[in-house]
Parts: sequence; C-alpha cells; structure tokens
Amino acid sequence: MTNKTVLHAKHLASGAKMVDFYGWEMPINYGSQIEEHHAVRTDAGMFDVSHMTIVDVQGTDAKVFLRRLVINDVAKLTVPGKALYTGMLNEAGGVIDDLIIYFFSDTNYRLVVNSATREKDLAWMTKQAAGFDITITERPEYGMIAVQGPEAIAKVGTLLSAEERAAVEGMKPFFGVQIGDLFIATTGYTGENGYEIIVPETAAEDFWQKLLDAGVAPCGLGARDTLRLEAGMNLYGLDMDETVSPIAANMAWTISWEPTDRDFIGRDVLTAQKAAGDQPKLVGLVLEEKGVLRSHQVVVTEFGNGEITSGTFSPTLGHSVALARVPRSVKVGDVVEVEMRKKLVKVTVTKPSFVRNGKKVF
Amino acid sequence: MSNIPSELKYATSHEWVRLESDGTATIGITEHAQGLLGDMVFVELPDVDDSVSVGDDVAVAESVKAASDIYAPVSGTVVEINEELEDTPELVNSDAFGGGWLFKVKLDDASELENLLDAAGYASSIDED
Repeated sequence: MTNKTVLHAKHLASGAKMVDFYGWEMPINYGSQIEEHHAVRTDAGMFDVSHMTIVDVQGTDAKVFLRRLVINDVAKLTVPGKALYTGMLNEAGGVIDDLIIYFFSDTNYRLVVNSATREKDLAWMTKQAAGFDITITERPEYGMIAVQGPEAIAKVGTLLSAEERAAVEGMKPFFGVQIGDLFIATTGYTGENGYEIIVPETAAEDFWQKLLDAGVAPCGLGARDTLRLEAGMNLYGLDMDETVSPIAANMAWTISWEPTDRDFIGRDVLTAQKAAGDQPKLVGLVLEEKGVLRSHQVVVTEFGNGEITSGTFSPTLGHSVALARVPRSVKVGDVVEVEMRKKLVKVTVTKPSFVRNGKKVF
Repeated sequence: MSNIPSELKYATSHEWVRLESDGTATIGITEHAQGLLGDMVFVELPDVDDSVSVGDDVAVAESVKAASDIYAPVSGTVVEINEELEDTPELVNSDAFGGGWLFKVKLDDASELENLLDAAGYASSIDED
C-alpha cells in the first residue's frame, strides 16, 4: 500500500517524477534536481514534507517524559514556540531517530519525526510512556511544506496579511508560531533561511498553488538530499541509525549533559563512551577532482578505515562532498583516501558542513 | 514513453549508434537511460585512438544519483570525443540523441551493426525493465 500526501495531484500537475520513499509516493524531481537545488540556494524553493510524522505529546507529565525520552533537555525550552533538535536513543545508546521538538507549554509539545521511522518511533514512545500521565497523538490531518532559500521569507510574506507578517517578522531560528490555520517555523533542512509550515490538509493544495504563483520553485527529494548534505545535516538511516552513537554522528551538540541528575535513556552508555574517547566521528570529505563520493565507500586513513555515510555531487561547489565516519584521531585538514571504483582517490577532511546561506563554509 | 529515433541502432545496455555518411559511428546513451540516471555531473570518455571492442566498458556517465558504465556497442578505433561534455555534461540530459553524443568510432566491421536492436526492439527491451 503506497501512501500519497495531500499534495500528490499538485506534484503530477507540475510534471514531477514520482518515486517510492519508504512507502510514500513522493516527487524525486520536477525535471532537474540540480536546477531545483540552485533555486533554493539563490531564490526560493519548496518541498512537500507532508510525509513526515507530526506527534503531539500532551499532559501533566509531558515535560518529565520528554526529559527522559531524548538526549537534549526540553527544560531549556521556556518561550512558547521555541524548538530544539535532538535524538531519541535506545538503551544501548543507538539513535532510534532524530527529531525536532516544539515547546508550547510544559504540558504541550509537538514532535516532528521521520516518516521512514514512524512505526518504530511511535511504538518506542508508547512503550516509554508507561507510568507517565501523557497522551501521544499523531496528527496526520496536517500537511507540511518547507519553503527555503534567500527569497523564501519574502515570498511567503506576500501570502500573509500585514498582521500575519508582523507575527513572523524577525522570528529567530528554531522558532514556530501559530498564525490562523498555519503553523510557521523557522526551521529547515537546506542551510538556507526559510520556513517549515504546517498546514491543515484541507488548505494544503491551495497554499501550495499560491506559493507556486508567488514564484517558489517546487523541489523534489533529489534536491532535498544534495541541499541537506551541503549543509552537513544528517539523514537518518545513512548517517546514523540504531547501531550508531550520537557521539559518532555529529550529534554530541544535541546532548544536554547538565543537569547531571537528568536520567535520559542511553545516558549511562554515552557517559562511558565519552570517558573512553574511542567513538569514531563524523567528518566532511571534499573531492576536488572528477568523480562522486558515494555511501558505503571505504575511507582509508593512517588511524584505520572509515566509511562514507552519504556522498553526493555538490551543485553549489561544482565537486563532490561527503559525510564520513572515521577514527577520532583523524583531523580537519588531513588528506585521506577513498576507494572509488577500484581506485584510491585523495580527499581532504573538513568539518561536516560545506555550504551555508549560499556560501562555501570550509 | 521516451523518444526512440527510428534511424538509430541500440544496445540493450542503453547505448545508441548512428552510422554516419563517412562510415564512422557516433555513440551516445538513450533518452531513456539519461532519465534513469538523472542530472549528469561528469562524463568520462575514452581517448582518441583508443581501440575498443564490443562490450568493453569505455566510458562512465556519472549523475547525481549514480555512476554508470557505458559499453562499446561496436568495435573500432575512437576517432573523436565530445569535448563539450567536459564543461556541459547536462547535454546528455537535454539532448541525448544530439549534442549529448559521447564519442565516434571508425568501425572495424560494419556488419556488427546488424547485431544491434532497431528502435522497436529497443522499445520492447526497455518495456521489460
């Protein structure tokens, strides 16, 4: 059974090439994923992300439950609308999923998790909820549209009333606000400014059409992947999974170690890993010559082998970049080798981030 | 359904061959193949004067999605390569049967062309994919 988002017909009308994405029929591109990529870096593009799973966690114990469930500390969220990025671990310290949590009040949070992990996420949350006074409610009645790029905010602004524009104006990153039917958040997966907008299913097609009319380019999963990779953002299932520690996936910054008495799931394992200092790390790799780095290629270093977790051609930079998990002793600036099509090719190690706001950042 | 010109010959591995009036053969990949690969980012071509035999992997089409070997559909000597592809590999996407050609071969044996598919044969071979 293939799921279709509420925007399915709009994609076909724009000439999308549709593919199966973990049970969802989604647009991979509308002609050229490279042109869509450039639209986001130089102007404005939009993605249907309605397949993503929205879960509301509400109730007296919502805060204490989430402080146990995820590695970042939702107690840091005190201003309504503020969001944080974090990971949800199993008992062995492996990443079940990465997610964004929006805070509305101590008894009301909204989580956005990956669609590919929907079932196991919900099962895990439900299991962990035992003994807590909370409700976990999936919200499939919403669509979600990410509008990203240097002109994204201005173009969305043309669809809002003066009053609505004032409500979103100057909103800091990682913030969301409910404006009438729309929940507008300053989050994204591209390294550009923009919004992720949660819209009731009944209004989604109309909103998508208005964005098209405002000159926002429809973009598919292909461009979404090259954009997120240039921005150095992880993709669940490639850059991390249940066998990988957040420390080995460039997610250590999402772990809140303080206060030390917060007993989040996986804490003991992460504490031991941190003390041992032996977890590999996620770095960036840059290949300036011809060729494209790909997932699962072996990275040869003087400290032992690593592996490319995701690689692509970077349309912004004009050469290939990758994220790779390598021994911790490998340093930024080192030259290491990647086994590509039976040859060893030299690549340079960088921080795992390549492009932000249209500019090279390594 | 993608375009499959009737005047060309085809290999099941998605190369097309056009016999030119000077007896050389121009080789490219089909519109169907470029569609499967997606946006092209690098094309590695053989060198002029290389000798190629049917089935040799002689070129690589690398798209955002994947690297794909291109096989010689005929035997002969490479007499010209499409140098435009160095800077504009996207020609393979936008004009697979024209400006996106890959290389030209002086044929060793013109009768090899008879082993290739005609347009109808290629159309049915991609239906089975």
